[in-house]
Amino acid sequence: MLAQLTHDIATLSRRGWLAAAAGLVLGLASSPFSPAKAADDTIKVGVLHSLSGTMAISETTLKDTILFLIDEQNKKGGVLGKKLEAVVVDPASNWPLFAEKARELITKDKVAVVFGCWTSVSRKSVLPVFKELNNILFYPVQYEGEESERNVFYTGAAPNQQAIPAVDYLMKDEKVKRWVLAGTDYVYPRTTNKILEAYLKSKGVKQEDIMINYTPFGHSDWQTIVADIKKFGSAGKKTAVVSTINGDANVPFYKELGNQGIKATDIPVVAFSVGEEELAGIDTKPLVGHLAAWNYFESIKTPANEKFIKEWQAYTKNPKRVTNDPMEAHYIGFNMWVKAVEKVKSTDPDKVIDALPGIEAPNLTGGVSKMLPNHHITKPVFIGEIKGNGQFDVVWKTPGLVAGDAWSKELDGSKDLIGDWVGKKCGNWNTKTNKCGGQGS
Amino acid sequence: MFGHFLDRFRAIVLSVLLISCFALPAFAGTFEDAVGKFANDEFSDTEEAIEAVASSGNPLAFPIISALQEERLSADPESKKVFITQADGKIIDAATGAAVDKLPDNAASVRLNNRLRRTVEAALGSLTLLSPDPAKRVAAAQSVFKSHDENALPVVEGALAKETDKAAKEAFTEARAAIILFKSDASDNDKLEAVSVIKSRGDQEALALLTSAGPDQPPLVAQAITGAIASIQSNLAMWSAVQNAWYGLSLGSVLLLAAIGLAITFGVMGVINMAHGEMVMLGAYTTFVVQEVIRTRYPGLFDYSLLIAVPLAFLVAGGIGVLIERSIIRFLYGRPLETLLATWGLSLVLQQAVRTVFGPTNREVGNPSWMSGAFELGQITITYNRLWILCFTLAVFVILLAMLRFTTLGLEMRAVTQNRRMAASMGIATSRVDALTFGLGSGIAGIAGVALSQIDNVSPNLGQSYIIDSFMVVVFGGVGNLWGTLVGAFTLGIANKFLEPVAGAVLGKIAILVLIILFIQKRPRGLFALKGRAVEA
Repeated sequence: MLAQLTHDIATLSRRGWLAAAAGLVLGLASSPFSPAKAADDTIKVGVLHSLSGTMAISETTLKDTILFLIDEQNKKGGVLGKKLEAVVVDPASNWPLFAEKARELITKDKVAVVFGCWTSVSRKSVLPVFKELNNILFYPVQYEGEESERNVFYTGAAPNQQAIPAVDYLMKDEKVKRWVLAGTDYVYPRTTNKILEAYLKSKGVKQEDIMINYTPFGHSDWQTIVADIKKFGSAGKKTAVVSTINGDANVPFYKELGNQGIKATDIPVVAFSVGEEELAGIDTKPLVGHLAAWNYFESIKTPANEKFIKEWQAYTKNPKRVTNDPMEAHYIGFNMWVKAVEKVKSTDPDKVIDALPGIEAPNLTGGVSKMLPNHHITKPVFIGEIKGNGQFDVVWKTPGLVAGDAWSKELDGSKDLIGDWVGKKCGNWNTKTNKCGGQGS
Repeated sequence: MFGHFLDRFRAIVLSVLLISCFALPAFAGTFEDAVGKFANDEFSDTEEAIEAVASSGNPLAFPIISALQEERLSADPESKKVFITQADGKIIDAATGAAVDKLPDNAASVRLNNRLRRTVEAALGSLTLLSPDPAKRVAAAQSVFKSHDENALPVVEGALAKETDKAAKEAFTEARAAIILFKSDASDNDKLEAVSVIKSRGDQEALALLTSAGPDQPPLVAQAITGAIASIQSNLAMWSAVQNAWYGLSLGSVLLLAAIGLAITFGVMGVINMAHGEMVMLGAYTTFVVQEVIRTRYPGLFDYSLLIAVPLAFLVAGGIGVLIERSIIRFLYGRPLETLLATWGLSLVLQQAVRTVFGPTNREVGNPSWMSGAFELGQITITYNRLWILCFTLAVFVILLAMLRFTTLGLEMRAVTQNRRMAASMGIATSRVDALTFGLGSGIAGIAGVALSQIDNVSPNLGQSYIIDSFMVVVFGGVGNLWGTLVGAFTLGIANKFLEPVAGAVLGKIAILVLIILFIQKRPRGLFALKGRAVEA
């Protein structure tokens, strides 16, 4: 069979290629593709989120969010007297395609700003394009930090705005002494766990009380790992799991936890990538009490949040549609961009980039977030416990807003670095040597 | 003398009555106050309320605390009134037990955090120690074993003396041992006895308890604890090999289930079907649709939802399989590369179609009650869903084998795949058989989807994660041989699960792939190669 296959590749006829191409076209034709119509009296806003492939599960909602925000802004009369127009492209969960589509948005569609990306790989893939063509990217997802770029604004949480406060909570309120750091095997969990490990050790946790475990993307057989966690937790010390498990792998993980009878009262799991959207696919009754750390929860009761949820459900015509943390990040980022554009009365990227630091915009949880010189924002941190209805109940929050650190203070390579695009005009300023260009990951 | 005594007796009875008359309202007042604290929405007040209510001895204590655990207790922050929503939907006032028509508008359910949940569990444990249901008594004793609360000792000992049920008696003995081990004023002998009781329990919870009891014990007891820990650990190490073997069987059964349809389309027919995973996905979505209909129309049938979904998933996926064969694949027989690309394109079309119809997010497929939870066998935990999937897989395998062996269609399928022209000369409608064979393989993939919906995400990407594994199993087991697929799947499953604890999940998977590549170099036709003329065809 295999020999037959190689033979066929070698002697592939023209007709063969035609059939092959037909197959490909058939596959690609299915991806939604919206050609942009040129109109001079509008400001174009690029939306770079995967609408097909593995990441569509998370990113489609963010595309809808931006369309919703643009719609709301246009109802208020648009920006600078012009209507906003969304240009939606589909990078199909394909990292190199992200760069191509970003280039297309900037050069062909001439967008003023792009909202997009979810995974760190996709962000790294578009970075050179945004630098070369000098445009603006708003990145709405919690990430591993260790980055501050002139053209990118990070509205999601840096590790010190999510991971560190969550660990603090477990240490103080749950008296956790033993830690399992479980994650999917890629850059965000690896860096976050490196930061957490250094942080835990600085708090006096011994090496034998930390277990680190990585699994491949989309891992679905969690029996061994859950049994290992159970075993690790039976050493007589209070144990918790810090989970950076990503995307689809969470559902089988939580199902296995529930089935093997690990309850939150015995071994709580605090997750950094599980929100309202992910829980929509599981029966949460066996998971009551497991935790998540975010900067926003749908269940937080503020007038702004209630209004947002009501309008969002009306816009999507789905009274059950949930909201989540990256959506709030887009909400803040979008409003900051509008304010900056109105301040400088122009959509010119250079002017807007310079105007953005210092801009304040209300978040949905009752505070006002501010864009910092390192292009990260201030956010409150909440710890929520999963409830039986798939929502989170906030059990703890930081007293005020936490400023995002671009460079982690816990890691040797980055503790002296800061990002400052206002005074120093540098993303990795070394405060020891007072020079731009320190080392980073 | 006697009359005097009678007088005194009367006086005592009277005073007791009087006291209880006066005391009762006073006592009810404190109970009401305690219940009222639930309305403050402060975790510390809720904790006080739980403790006060649990120790009150009021008949409403048990309903209140179990309602709290199940998120059925709600409170009105203004009037400080607290309500229980009973299982049948009726609402009562928690302080008085009086029926209430409906909840006030601003009533919200009383919030808990993990610390409070532990308090609730401990409180429920001591409240249900004397429950008439033996299973509840066992559960209560277990939670006392975990909390080893000294205050529960008299109740546990009282219950132990009266207990007749064997399992409950054992649970009470263990709970009592746990309390004594942590009691600071217990004698060394009592503690040593307690250690040996806990040692004979021998599971991970016993290990956890002994480890945490280790420090600040008298030397003799500390020594016994160290010995007990070592013996439990060596016992558990032995069981962990059994556990790995079980996990391997379970993973193997999932692999087999996903690959068995492919063993027909790829193994028997020789069609490289990249859309195989999407047939699995369609089966999973069929289950979702069946459950949705059942939830809205016939909620009583929920436990049968999977039984209803199995034939439907077979028909849906099988029907689409026949359609694909008739419209695309029959034009591409003998051209593996074109088939590969066409079916790959098709898989993208199907994924996007499902994404458009059902949305990109995961869909919730519930586990029926008989597929939830786990039971203990010796020192290993076996989850019901994995066990049922293993049984189901073997049943599908046997039925398929019997079908190929004993039915006319099976005979025709074997004839066509062995020698198409000869079969045609014998009057077999080969193109009809092709369509049916492909439909059969796809239908079985659909059935696999029903089972996989119980352990994995139901999302448009479901199929993608199984396609590589399925091809691996079929190629490794030997193309065209169902028994090879069976042995291949279980070999890979068990090898993976024995590698995983040593090498980690990521490296384990890589190691398996490398081993297969090496194996295929040595035996290109897989474990069980077909012999004879069929190979040449």
